Amino acid sequence: MNNITAIFKKEFKAYFLSPIAYVFITVYLVVTNFLFFQGFFIVNEADMRSYFSILPWIFLIFIPAVTMRIWAEEKKLKTMELLLTWPISDLEVVIGKFLASLGFLAAVILLSISVPITIAVLGNPDPGPIVGGYLGTLLMGGAYLAIGLWISSLTENQIVAFILGVVVTFVLFMIGNPFVTMVAPSWAVPTLTYLGLGSHFDSIGRGVLDSRDIVYYCSVIGFFLFLNILSLESRKWE
Amino acid sequence: MSNSASPIMLQVKGLNKRFGPVHAVKDLNFQVHRGEILGFLGPNGAGKSTTMRIITCFIPSTSGQVLIDSKDNIENSIEVRKKIGYLPESAPLYNDMMVREYLQFVGEIRGLSASKLRSRIDEMFQVCGLTKMATRQIGKLSKGYRQRVGLAQAMIHDPDLLILDEPTSGLDPNQIIEIRNLIKRLGQEKTVIYCSHILPEVSATCSRILIIREGSIVASGTPEELTMRASGSSRYLLRLRADKASVESKLSNVAGISKVEVAASGDWCSATATADTKEDIGEQIFKCVVDNNWSLAELRHETASLEDVFTQLTRG
Repeated sequence: MNNITAIFKKEFKAYFLSPIAYVFITVYLVVTNFLFFQGFFIVNEADMRSYFSILPWIFLIFIPAVTMRIWAEEKKLKTMELLLTWPISDLEVVIGKFLASLGFLAAVILLSISVPITIAVLGNPDPGPIVGGYLGTLLMGGAYLAIGLWISSLTENQIVAFILGVVVTFVLFMIGNPFVTMVAPSWAVPTLTYLGLGSHFDSIGRGVLDSRDIVYYCSVIGFFLFLNILSLESRKWE
Repeated sequence: MSNSASPIMLQVKGLNKRFGPVHAVKDLNFQVHRGEILGFLGPNGAGKSTTMRIITCFIPSTSGQVLIDSKDNIENSIEVRKKIGYLPESAPLYNDMMVREYLQFVGEIRGLSASKLRSRIDEMFQVCGLTKMATRQIGKLSKGYRQRVGLAQAMIHDPDLLILDEPTSGLDPNQIIEIRNLIKRLGQEKTVIYCSHILPEVSATCSRILIIREGSIVASGTPEELTMRASGSSRYLLRLRADKASVESKLSNVAGISKVEVAASGDWCSATATADTKEDIGEQIFKCVVDNNWSLAELRHETASLEDVFTQLTRG
């Protein structure tokens, strides 16, 4: 546990040591606010449904940028050799790094608090769906992060990690999208919809936290963190 | 000094490592006692770093066993790693962290309590000469200071076994002497494995040297023993005015000389006579020259140095 805390602290701080983090936070907030408020006054409803519905798309670019560095840099600088010879298990390192990236995401999401505050000033929103939506966003973000983290462990090049991350999350996102399920054979549709990263977010966007969706996102997180550990172990298979 | 009465700190038994078709480490057997500084010497690519990576649990061996303080490093991996301090080749560090912050992080992973860690960090600053660099960013340090931060990182938890892979690479001569003295001091209580491809480095600090080549141990012993072993053969270099063929035949007849090589240039020729005896046969060679009425410009006796042992053992 102490080890996980040490890794978490170090990785979490590392985000704020690089100026890129601040650029990303700014871009993220500007883009999401712009896209949301563009339609907000037209629809004229005091809720955040349309805000949450754009997040799965934004995350496709934003999350791989958050995770690309995490393992690729350790490999490039060869600090991995030290890290993995310290008295700490691979599992602890992976969990520490994952929690740090989740912490960073939570901090960014927290900064978007201006949106619900604005809505509350202008109208009278129902707080339930908004809180549920935020929790769901963190869950979905966690799934994207776990994927990005795993991909970062496959290469020592951050740019490659970013591009691969975008591609993989995009594919996992699209397979559940109506765009694909409309043309897919009907027997495959339920599976594809279930596996798709975005389809579970529809009800969350409406403020409904379904246990099936929670289980889905937690399974995705668990699966990709497991792949991450395997990828660290792979140094032993040569 | 090598002291067989003190307990064994590290034991390597029948260690093999293959990377596909490459057999990087071949049946390595050695042991290191507590309080010993072992020099692990070999040319680049001899398998030094691979062996260290196996000992430190970074990669597993293909076959064989590593025991640290009589604990298997695979079965008791975490426990064994606590006893080791490791400085990998080229001192990999997190460039965006500050020196103090980095040592703090390493100490936390090493499980030191907050108060203990504070005093250890101060001690490391002293020992490694980092006090002025505490709040510098690691990425902006010179190579020498990076190396020191790497050393401080390896020693922060006061490990029983210190493994240093090329610890002086990139340092200037003064820094090298400092690090050497530091290692010697540490070696009085701790066990140190010192990897290097530079012989003087190792012979100046280590109580025992292992020379490895292409993954196998080709020689081991104290620096003195290895030099003794080499001085079994010595060479005499001559420059004389004589006929090449007669020099070859006459010199070969001198008792103790096993091989003669002669290169002629004009009237003069230079001869290299290899002797297989430890006794000085310079006088006999001189007599041979006088008897044949050759003009002698130079007669020099060269005994093999540790350098020669290393070259002989690791070349080809």
